[in-house]
Amino acid sequence: MSRRVVVTGMGWITPLGHDVEGVWQRLLGGHSGMAYTTLFDATTFPTKFAAEVKDFRLQDFLGESYGAHTDASRNTSFALAAAKLAWDGAGLSTASDLDPTQVGVYLGGGEGPLDFDNFVEAAVKGWDHQANSGQGGLDAVKWYQIAHRKLSPVRELEQDPNMAAGHLAVLFNAQGPNLNTLTACAASTQALGEATCIIRRGDADVMVSGGTHSMVHPFGATGFNRLTALSTRNEDCLKASRPFDRNRDGFVLGEGAGMVILEELEHARARGAQPLAEIAGYGSTADAFRITDIHEDGRGAIAAIRAALADAGLQPKDIDYISAHGTSTEENDKIESLAIRQVFCGEGRKVAISSIKSMMGHLIAAAGAVELITCVLSVRDGVVPPTINYENPDPNCDLDYVPNQARKMTVRHALSNSFGFGGQNDTLVISAVEG
Amino acid sequence: MNRDRRAVITGLGIVTPLGLGAEALWTGLVEKRSAVRRIGAFDPSGFQCQVGGEIDGLKMSDFVPKSYRKSTKVMARDIEIAVACAYLAAQDARLKTKCLIERGEVEGPPNIDPARLGANIGSGLICADLVELAGALASSVDEAGEFSLAQWGLEGMSNLTPLWLLKFLPNMLACHVTIVHDAQAPSNTITCGEASSHLAIGEAVRTIARGSADICICGGAESKLNPMGLLRQELLGRLCTSCNDNPAGACRPFDAKRDGTVISEGGGLIIVEELEHAKARGARIYGEVSGFGASADTTSWRSPDPEGRGIATSIRKALYDASLTADQVDLIAAQGLGTREHDLAEAAGIRAALGRRGATVPVMGTRGTIGNNGAGSGAIDLAASVLALAHNTIPPSLNTTRVDPACGLNVIHGDPVDARIDAVISTSFAPSGGQAACLVIRRYGD
Repeated sequence: MSRRVVVTGMGWITPLGHDVEGVWQRLLGGHSGMAYTTLFDATTFPTKFAAEVKDFRLQDFLGESYGAHTDASRNTSFALAAAKLAWDGAGLSTASDLDPTQVGVYLGGGEGPLDFDNFVEAAVKGWDHQANSGQGGLDAVKWYQIAHRKLSPVRELEQDPNMAAGHLAVLFNAQGPNLNTLTACAASTQALGEATCIIRRGDADVMVSGGTHSMVHPFGATGFNRLTALSTRNEDCLKASRPFDRNRDGFVLGEGAGMVILEELEHARARGAQPLAEIAGYGSTADAFRITDIHEDGRGAIAAIRAALADAGLQPKDIDYISAHGTSTEENDKIESLAIRQVFCGEGRKVAISSIKSMMGHLIAAAGAVELITCVLSVRDGVVPPTINYENPDPNCDLDYVPNQARKMTVRHALSNSFGFGGQNDTLVISAVEG
Repeated sequence: MNRDRRAVITGLGIVTPLGLGAEALWTGLVEKRSAVRRIGAFDPSGFQCQVGGEIDGLKMSDFVPKSYRKSTKVMARDIEIAVACAYLAAQDARLKTKCLIERGEVEGPPNIDPARLGANIGSGLICADLVELAGALASSVDEAGEFSLAQWGLEGMSNLTPLWLLKFLPNMLACHVTIVHDAQAPSNTITCGEASSHLAIGEAVRTIARGSADICICGGAESKLNPMGLLRQELLGRLCTSCNDNPAGACRPFDAKRDGTVISEGGGLIIVEELEHAKARGARIYGEVSGFGASADTTSWRSPDPEGRGIATSIRKALYDASLTADQVDLIAAQGLGTREHDLAEAAGIRAALGRRGATVPVMGTRGTIGNNGAGSGAIDLAASVLALAHNTIPPSLNTTRVDPACGLNVIHGDPVDARIDAVISTSFAPSGGQAACLVIRRYGD
């Protein structure tokens, strides 16, 4: 008999708050998490706002375990807090007979933020303006003298992208498979899909999975601003993230974490845990097209969606709701709409689609994980969140985006898309637990 | 392991300071040719450790179609190495991918369906090019000569190429490889330090087993050979600091007098292929990936568990997966970083998992010859394992002269040893982070 995988616990740290139910209500109410950037002075940057996590203290979440994790990066701190909420919510803190070698971790975790001030000081002072006949060059010896004094071993170590997963293994005594994937904006959906596969094949019974990321720092903003991927609607940042709207002009950089407990169904039932929803299908493909652009026919996205449906044994008509990647960039929203139309909208059929990035911003590696959690809640509560700031229909995006108001509807099967730079496509199917 | 869809190795693409290709790796190992020298890429004279393994003359136009040459300008060193490895792997496996066809080296059509060709490539935290970034930062200073973030936002950042961020995203190794070779099946990027390659290869084997792909280009690549990469290792106290005058003798895995590892750039991409697919196209089969196990330390994420518990669990799981007993293991390809604490932990883990056999099974170490290739290490070791199996020869661990009794392993050193090798276990672990992964390779026979 095949092994089914269910969600038994959830936690998130987001720009809209830190508790599952409170944030869910704010999403259904159409609240926005955007504000002027406070984590660094962005007043001269092309984009001066972001969706930041506010009022966050790791010690509020870890209790007596906090002492061991005081050096965690912002990135890892989000992961620890969200995972602790999920773990406790799943009743695992009081579970008595867990086999630790069957408890694993699979994250789509980002790198920790650079030690910006010290890094920059060494770089600027290590630059020799006279070198190379006045073109300038790095004086490695001078750079070293400053850098090795200024940079701290712990702070450097905690930037490694496998650190969050390492912290979680210690926190939960998780001796099973421990992995981190970093496939850009698709990372946590890919992590959740692969973690599901690990449980299905029997390499673990429980996986702590999801994503975490914070790129709200000067180099993160620089990178995305240089790519012209960010909205520059500085005069009205609450309306900046407007997926599928004709006047969209880029995404809004967000930060945070989403973590769930994935568990083999019988394992969950045997310990009396409540399965919240089933991860019924997973599809993953590569565009193999360009590092900057999505394949213009949505080839990879369509293939990922179809693979997820086939994995779940479902037809397109079975899907009630789609949580879109919906970044609010010109290109993504157009091609994602094309892909959805191609797969789902034959014979005049409509499917409800929304993008919570209109409210949360884009959590990059963590985006897919928070979107998975909203799918689970939609299945549970029979309501789907809106796409806010949807005001001007775009002829290239002519589908039902659940504009501006949450909608009550039965959701038996939801589908969640994540796409990443370089042509990463990952799709999950989330279903009500039956049988 | 899914016995219905077995995964075999049909191609090796290796780039190390010993040269291009798996053959250069093998001859370097058996001829005990050190790849470590004084660093030449930048002036290392301030650093505590001034030696490393550098790759010479990587010409990207040799590895991509003409139409893709422009894209090679946005490749960090790690990406360049991966793209070179992928080319060599496809060539070695006689795969007719888009890249090889467009370069005119093989006649089309492709002998693999692009929708069934996947990738899983381990990578590290790619350091931004300091020369590029520092130059831009140094142009954003106030009157006192201090960096000004306001100036950076206003003008400084414009000195960076628009695609700057894409040079350093860890998934760009796999993205460039999938584009160049037209691989449209699942593409994953594992970032778990020195365990990355093993995790990527193990997961690729599982991707094939579950039917999501028939072939995967998998492994890892990394270069820490830049000022930031070197400094970070120095700050963590991992580097050999006693051998700046004798680079070749720097890294001494499991040796009683070892005092640190040495950074090296390089990587390996392996072609793993579903057995029937390989047979149908008459591919040469190097061996079968018959077991995979993954685990983690739970005592600390900073330094290894002294008992090597995560490593031991990963070995036990891999042996169980391969239905192999400790008595059947002919060779252990150890990670052997050459640092005091990591080698002790790894040895303890190996001994715990293999019981009485732990002290006697021959152990192969490659770090002494090539140094530590980070996320690429595991794939290089796996290639060395496969070649040891093919040649029935164990290359010696360079610079290991007296095995540390506290390690208690039978590390082959001195000269190569001939031995019948049918089953190899290859171990790996992240020096920090706690991830551990083990692969079992067996000789393939019908």
